[in-house]
Amino acid sequence: MDKTVYHRIGETVLRCTMPNGLQVSIVPRKDFQRSYALFATRYGGMDLRFSLGGQWLDTPAGIAHFLEHKMFDTAEGNALQELAQNGAEPNAFTSNAITVYYFDSTDHFYENLKILLSFVSVPYFTEESVAKEQGIIGQEIGMIEDNPEWQVYKQLMQALYENSPARVSVAGSVESISHISAQTLYDCHKAFYTPSNMCLAVVGDVDEQEVLRLAQEILPDECAPRIERDYGAEESLLPFQKEVRSRMEIAMPTFLAGFKCAPVPEGEERMRQNIVGSLACDALLGDSSPLYAKLYAQGLINSTFGSSYDILPGAAYVYAGGDSNDHSAVVEAILDEAQRLLREGIDEDYYQRLRRANFGTALKALDSFEAIAVSAAEGCFEGYDPFRFPEVYDEITSRDLLDFIRENICESRMAISVIEPKEEEYACND
Amino acid sequence: MNRKRTQIMQDVYLTYLGAKKFKTSALSAQFLTPLCTETASANALLPAVLHRGTMRCSDMVQLSAAMDRLYGAQMDDTVRKKGETQCVGFVASVIDDAFVPGGEHLLEPAAELLGELMLDPVTRNGRFLSEYVESEKANLIDDIRAVRNDKREWADLRLMQEMCAGEPYGVRRLGDEESARKLNNRKLYEHSQTLMSTSRLELFYCGSAEKERVIDALLHAFAALPRGRVEELPLPRRIAAPSEPRIITERMDVTQGKLSMGFRCESTDAPAMILANLMFGGYSNSKLFMNVREKLSLCYYASSQYARSKGILTVSSGIETKDYDRAREEILRQLQAVQQGQWEDWELPGARNTILSSLRALPDSQRALENWYLGQIATGQWETPEELARQLQEVTPERICAAAQSIRLDTVYFLQGKEE
Repeated sequence: MDKTVYHRIGETVLRCTMPNGLQVSIVPRKDFQRSYALFATRYGGMDLRFSLGGQWLDTPAGIAHFLEHKMFDTAEGNALQELAQNGAEPNAFTSNAITVYYFDSTDHFYENLKILLSFVSVPYFTEESVAKEQGIIGQEIGMIEDNPEWQVYKQLMQALYENSPARVSVAGSVESISHISAQTLYDCHKAFYTPSNMCLAVVGDVDEQEVLRLAQEILPDECAPRIERDYGAEESLLPFQKEVRSRMEIAMPTFLAGFKCAPVPEGEERMRQNIVGSLACDALLGDSSPLYAKLYAQGLINSTFGSSYDILPGAAYVYAGGDSNDHSAVVEAILDEAQRLLREGIDEDYYQRLRRANFGTALKALDSFEAIAVSAAEGCFEGYDPFRFPEVYDEITSRDLLDFIRENICESRMAISVIEPKEEEYACND
Repeated sequence: MNRKRTQIMQDVYLTYLGAKKFKTSALSAQFLTPLCTETASANALLPAVLHRGTMRCSDMVQLSAAMDRLYGAQMDDTVRKKGETQCVGFVASVIDDAFVPGGEHLLEPAAELLGELMLDPVTRNGRFLSEYVESEKANLIDDIRAVRNDKREWADLRLMQEMCAGEPYGVRRLGDEESARKLNNRKLYEHSQTLMSTSRLELFYCGSAEKERVIDALLHAFAALPRGRVEELPLPRRIAAPSEPRIITERMDVTQGKLSMGFRCESTDAPAMILANLMFGGYSNSKLFMNVREKLSLCYYASSQYARSKGILTVSSGIETKDYDRAREEILRQLQAVQQGQWEDWELPGARNTILSSLRALPDSQRALENWYLGQIATGQWETPEELARQLQEVTPERICAAAQSIRLDTVYFLQGKEE
């Protein structure tokens, strides 16, 4: 395996690509009891239209997440149960772009790794088990729909985008998942769960040769060609709708303001853009920004206020928000602050502080096995080396942040999502 | 990892865990005080007000700037309920000196800032700044009310309020809205003086620095701590279940019903109870998960928690309103199976491996270690994770049945959707 030493962060990473196309990363950790293995496929909630065997398939919203739930079923029973019997803590999640299966264990690492690689690569579905899962996931969807944070985000995506699958919730809807059958699941598994579309990341005190041997023994040999996907026609950078409102049974109004940004190409540029975007958010409205302090002191925001820059397949956006009794005032203040920064520039001492803080946060994340493994997997899929973050920080200047703000943080790019309480006493404020 | 808990000042203890494997050092300072209705909200408000500014860094901008300069040091104000003790203070993390460009030392300035936050808040005429008190009071009230947004949390909370009404354990971590509303600057300031001088202070450090250096840094940082007569912390009281369980049903506009059930456990065989709870509903292969959720699809989630120091076991589940009777019966049937020793061969080793594995993994996380030792200290238990692991190894199926048979249903709380 190729060994890379990262002196500035005290890390070593072993990497290789196997003949079947599987990318493997191992991050050694001496002195830890735990070991962590993550097996991921580049297949998420936005991958609804793709080509399989020369034919374009349209699949129901929520299918990647549904598949994730069903993968734990094996001909012998259930992989969760097998792993848990070894004291491992297995779990899985599906995002917009990837599906991840992982376990954390202090014993029987290789046995657990074998189970992980097997159940993810060998599908086993029956019409009966699919029907039952429709009930379970239907309930899960019901539960997230009661969650105001989730609703306000989903509403924002639907305001920002007109056609992009970013509009669609990763879990889908009760209606959309009713169209899923065992056959659609087999098709999607066949398309996306090939080693060449996957990545294995291990963190812990493990023998790398044994990891490679197991991967070779269990996974198929052939290297499948790259999958063609369709995320819809390229969209205008203007939001589809300016504002969406709804009501829920909540104690206080909550909102998100979203700013539509240009899609970001893969490769090192994506990592750089990610850091620039998040530093720009920090400079504009992060916890230690003058704007945050001002809004907090005015009682316009509370500790739920936050912001993020997210890059999705074929889409990117900044969002900011939280609970507030006067979201219009907050939004106006954000736009004003963006203008002020563009006018006055970012104070160099302030910028260096933010950079120190961001660097510290990135370094601290290396104490989380999950964070290391997930970023290693994302780096594999998106073509960059996440462990090079100190060097990327070196190259970024406050001018890059201003360019980002000038380009993206303006009224024309903005959409607003608001959820207000149902109670009469709040409703009369309108 | 070598652990030592030593007294470094009157009623000030340091739990020191030396470890070189982390990128971060963890530092925590917590006042321990009995949980009670009268003071819970004031205690909960205090760290948030302290977090607004110190004499040296008197507002959020200056404070954040100080944190940023320490490479994004994090100092979170915390309010925790451990048994019937309320723990309030700050948990800090700062990157380890080894990774600081230019060899700068961060432990000493971080400890100093922590001490300032706890002891040297910004004041005017012997009071806190009223704008800080007012805005944090509003936030606290919002936080107390916000529990309603998470229906699962709300149902579990309502269960605890009903089941433990009149006991300290029934008091919410943040206190109640009514007493929060009554707080003002004068009351809070006076309360803070009492809390500081009459509460035990528990300090915690985990990281690469030598113990002597940590003690020096903390003694310097907390030199101004006022010390009066420090009150003893009472241990949680155990109470028996009523002869007939209480049943409470409430309605809200929700898609999914929430069923929470509370039990009292008389058994003091803690290791056996821990395993009984795990097999019943405490992990992903438990009877509740495998049968009630997976096999019967009666719930989206169904799990149980055991509060060891208080002898309480609770079940929390999300169900369709129409399935209420079936779900409740099925949950009780699974409990009965544990009480009667009805389990398959894999179930006990599965549960035991899960807890042993998480105990073994504890030293791999500084936050988990801090939370573990604080919980132990606050509830009068002194064993290390290794000692508890040894005790769990020795538990027999007979002891599990015996412990589980002491579990009695106390209260059922059902949050029903409005439409039905």
